[in-house]
Amino acid sequence: MTDFPILTAIIATPLIGAVVVTMLPSRRPEIIKAVGYGFTIATLGLACWLLADFSTKNIFFQFVENQPWLPGIGSRYIVGVDGISLFMVVATALLMPLSLLASQRYPSQRPKAFTAWFLLLEFSLLGIFLSLDLIMFFVFWEILLVPMYFLIQGWGHERRQYAALKFFLYTAVGSALMLACILVLGFLHQGATGVLTFDYRVLAAWAYHGLSLTTETVLFLGFMIAFAIKLPLVPFHTWLPDAHTEAPTAGSVVLAGVIIKMGAYGFLRFSFELFPHASVNLAPLLLTLGVIGILYGAVVAAMQKNLKRVIAYSSIAHMGFVIVGIFSLTVLGLDGAVFTMLSHPLTTGALFLVVGMLYERRHTYEISEYGGVWRSAPMLTAMFMLAMVAGIGLPGFSGFIGEFLSLVGTFVSRRPWAIAGAIGVIFAAVYMLWAFQRVFMGKPSAITLRMPDVSLREVIVVAPLLALSLFLGLYPKAALDRIEPSVKRTIVNVELKTGFHEKRPAGYSKTTLPKGVTASESIRLGLGGP
Amino acid sequence: MLENAWIIPTLPAVAFVAIVFFGKRSPGKGAFVGIAAVGASFVASCVAAGQWIQRVDNATGKSEGLAAFTKGVVSAGGAHAVQPVTESITWWQNGSIKFGVGTFVDGLTVMMVVVVTLISLLVQIYSTAYMRGDRRYTWYFAALSLFTASMLTLVVASNTIQLLVGWELVGVCSFMLIGHWWEEPANSRAAIKAFLTTRTGDIGLMIGIIILFFTVGSFGIGATNLYATSGHAQHAFLLAAAVCLLVAIIGKSGQFPLHTWLPDAMAGPTPVSALIHAATMVVAGVFLGARLYPVFFNGFSIGHGGVNAMALVGGVTIIIGAALAFVQTDIKKVLAYSTISQLGYMVMALGVGAWSAAVFHLFTHAFFKALLFLGAGSVSHAAGHSFDMREMGGLRKKMPITFWTFVIGSLALAGIFPLAGFWSKDEILVNAGKNGYTAFLVVGLIGAFLTAAYMTRVVYLTFFGEYRGHEHPHESERAITIPLVILGALSVGAGLVNAAPLGLEKIKDWVQPQVAFPHLNNAAFDYPKAILSVSIALAAIVIAGYYWLRRDELRAFRGLTERNALARSGYQFLVNKYYLDYLYEDIIVDGIRGAVARASYWVNQHVIDGVVNGLGSGSTRIARYTYDVIDQRVVDGAANGIALETDRAGAEVRGFQSGHVQRYALVLFGGVGLLSLALFLINIH
Repeated sequence: MTDFPILTAIIATPLIGAVVVTMLPSRRPEIIKAVGYGFTIATLGLACWLLADFSTKNIFFQFVENQPWLPGIGSRYIVGVDGISLFMVVATALLMPLSLLASQRYPSQRPKAFTAWFLLLEFSLLGIFLSLDLIMFFVFWEILLVPMYFLIQGWGHERRQYAALKFFLYTAVGSALMLACILVLGFLHQGATGVLTFDYRVLAAWAYHGLSLTTETVLFLGFMIAFAIKLPLVPFHTWLPDAHTEAPTAGSVVLAGVIIKMGAYGFLRFSFELFPHASVNLAPLLLTLGVIGILYGAVVAAMQKNLKRVIAYSSIAHMGFVIVGIFSLTVLGLDGAVFTMLSHPLTTGALFLVVGMLYERRHTYEISEYGGVWRSAPMLTAMFMLAMVAGIGLPGFSGFIGEFLSLVGTFVSRRPWAIAGAIGVIFAAVYMLWAFQRVFMGKPSAITLRMPDVSLREVIVVAPLLALSLFLGLYPKAALDRIEPSVKRTIVNVELKTGFHEKRPAGYSKTTLPKGVTASESIRLGLGGP
Repeated sequence: MLENAWIIPTLPAVAFVAIVFFGKRSPGKGAFVGIAAVGASFVASCVAAGQWIQRVDNATGKSEGLAAFTKGVVSAGGAHAVQPVTESITWWQNGSIKFGVGTFVDGLTVMMVVVVTLISLLVQIYSTAYMRGDRRYTWYFAALSLFTASMLTLVVASNTIQLLVGWELVGVCSFMLIGHWWEEPANSRAAIKAFLTTRTGDIGLMIGIIILFFTVGSFGIGATNLYATSGHAQHAFLLAAAVCLLVAIIGKSGQFPLHTWLPDAMAGPTPVSALIHAATMVVAGVFLGARLYPVFFNGFSIGHGGVNAMALVGGVTIIIGAALAFVQTDIKKVLAYSTISQLGYMVMALGVGAWSAAVFHLFTHAFFKALLFLGAGSVSHAAGHSFDMREMGGLRKKMPITFWTFVIGSLALAGIFPLAGFWSKDEILVNAGKNGYTAFLVVGLIGAFLTAAYMTRVVYLTFFGEYRGHEHPHESERAITIPLVILGALSVGAGLVNAAPLGLEKIKDWVQPQVAFPHLNNAAFDYPKAILSVSIALAAIVIAGYYWLRRDELRAFRGLTERNALARSGYQFLVNKYYLDYLYEDIIVDGIRGAVARASYWVNQHVIDGVVNGLGSGSTRIARYTYDVIDQRVVDGAANGIALETDRAGAEVRGFQSGHVQRYALVLFGGVGLLSLALFLINIH
């Protein structure tokens, strides 16, 4: 491992790309596109390098960079990656070039602005997943709103104004609460210790004993609302279907693939380490919301007439599994949740990409407008079918591993919720199969018969996602080996901080830290000091 | 081969990939690849079976010798019991919990792989003729290969996760194949119904597996069975797991009340129906019951002779399925209900402690049910692609091979001595009686009567009388008749594997596990019961045959016998027959065809399907309500309300969209300041 600041490079590359794109002449779309591909692919290359260099031995943050940034308010530029954020970075870096490639023909208008916003979106997402300073995290969280708002508003469909505004409002409400909580946390820490810092690791080592239970609970709830809106948990979810329906394909892919994972990531990263007591106490609330999300998302998805809305509601159901896995507070459940956060971008990304291809051909998302597509576009059907079975948790694909681990983990600690969640597994099949039947089966109409099948470019867009989903479904170890050390550390820290005991199946040993890592080191997340 | 059993499912899986990518360009448009792979897989299965038999015989021989030497110190099931051959590698690991993938090979496994690969092979050969010219011919063979591979994965599974993997894959393949002709909405509906109904059962499997894991501490099949047979198993957990797994069996194996998908699944191509009914899909449930039998045995306390859920489900299904078979005019639907009924026998047998009888019946049923489906396909292939028996008739002369094999299959199904079905069904009945389940013995006998009667009806309507269709029926080609003849031979001979009076009890010797298995005493062959059941079946055939022949040919025939002195006793017999016929026609047949069957069918279509449809439409209604009222009005209403208020406040900048955003941002961040101040003040102490 060299001293090359790889994380900074990963964050900076798309930003530089965005700046470069704005300086290009807008009359030369081919150059703009080439630059867009160049920078997103360079970011992906860096992310792959990160993946290759990532050590499975280190349970703390790796490649940490720590520089002064805003000394006046105690905020520093701290970036680092662990098993929980690693795959979010990789998934983001992977989806971006594919989404750009998928948007090659559409939208044709204003490619310069589109590409620039898109690169800025990537920049903010990577910043969110890599920041270890709460102020910095918040800044990235807010920056994200801008490109996403303009992508929906500028390149969306009929009701794009409404959807963009709704997206902005919902998320801004959440972030407002989160900012308040971040500030309170920082200043309380300053009051207690005299040091003003927003270093996540420092705060995490202090908050569990420095806050009263009430304060902790209030702050937890503040963060929770921000994350729950992003996730989204029912009843904070109605922005998602609208945003999806109106967003361009690339926007939907990123929205479903990465943006909604920000909420789950927030819970995993911040709730447990900063507010462990509240996380343990309020786990039943979150589990209940998760199960409601699973069932509600599935039921409502079943009666949608718009293909994108079906997938949007299905995402709500999938995120329900993630939240249930997280708040099962077991290593199995957390493993399952993080794995699903990696798997879901692949499967749902592929689904949205294929639906975007249908839209390009017929300019509608209405299910009733289709029928018998299989006849004229068998390859497209095959891609949709693979993405669908991967998404509904068919063994052999990645979705199954994540869902199953979440369920096993939840069963170990919270049986009734696990059983309710298992029922959601069938529903997932119901709505997707109905949609599949109505779109791809049946007698094709004359227009459908003239529909061209996929081009090579379209295969290249979807194939990597499906191949990765299959690979991870067959060989989940590749991802789990990297995820698990951090997950174990999270669980052990919750145990150390609260006296909570992880539930385990009969005959299984307690989750422990690797040899050579002490409890106090673990609580301080590897940071030196007393 | 016992150590390398992974080859058996891998071959068809590789064939699937090869056909998908290269099928259209390969010889036979993919069919040859599929046939070659499943053929090789069949050979490998036979080798495995041979090695297993050798292993058992060696061990038995040794233990006998040793037992003689040590004067019976070594007891059966002791040190010299034949262990299954387990191979496993870690698939992935979470903490100390290992998820493996591997093979668990014992007698049951080798029997299943032989049956599955053989039936698949014959079905694929048959399909080359039956599916010729199909729009998606290559894809069809790819899907068949995957179907077989999935089932084999399930069968050789060394742990319950892998079993679940195979189970789900089988479900998806059945979805694709039942809906193969998806241009017709009815077909795709049937495919979805099949997938969703079986998936309802899958919840049971999933939860059952998790409960077992939680209780046993392992997903391994061997470990689970060992735990369940150990004295210290927690009964409550076993019971819970057994109930959940029974739900899975009910869903997959078409048991009452989740059997309604199976007749609809006839929408698929006929060879697929044969495969689903004989080898791949529906027997998966029974296989699950047999594989994890100790869990059911101890969970349901089967050894104690009380009525249990498993036997009850099986028993009810026998009658329900058989009764429904009478009112069908579609030949494939008769066979579908017949499968339901026969699976009921297997489940009931498991429920009454007759493990080897259940497995034996699975074995023989595979052959004659595949034969009957393929025969029905041959008939329709030759007679204008109709399965309506009202358009058949008189085909006996026109397609003799199909006719004779179909008759053999029907007799085997009816349990006529000495065909395959006789031996296995008889063993179920004898063991039910011996283990104290007299009520289920009676149910089994009633089922035997009904089975023989409805099969007689099918044979009559299809092959006798005058041809009522408008085609020019002819015997099918060799690719169709050769599988029929092979299956016909097996339907005759397969029962000899476990023909107790001949001293052959190979199912018990070779297949029944000797370790981690409840102690079962198989009943000895019982001549009175065997004669009784055969007489019942014969009576049913005669009664039903008489009923169907009466109008056309019997009057002339009767006149002949009246003039013939030799036939006087026969006359008396016929009078008695007539009396029985009257009884049969007016009371039993009309009773069954009219009241009971119609009622069952009504219950089937209205109550069960009604509940299913009701749940469907109800959930749609709930969904619509939730969506319209809660989602769109309440939740969205609140959001829109906030938006509207802010909108009014910012009326002067309306029309300039980004102006809204700035204003909201301003309002929100102003709020943030106040809020954080408030929180800060509250908490500073």
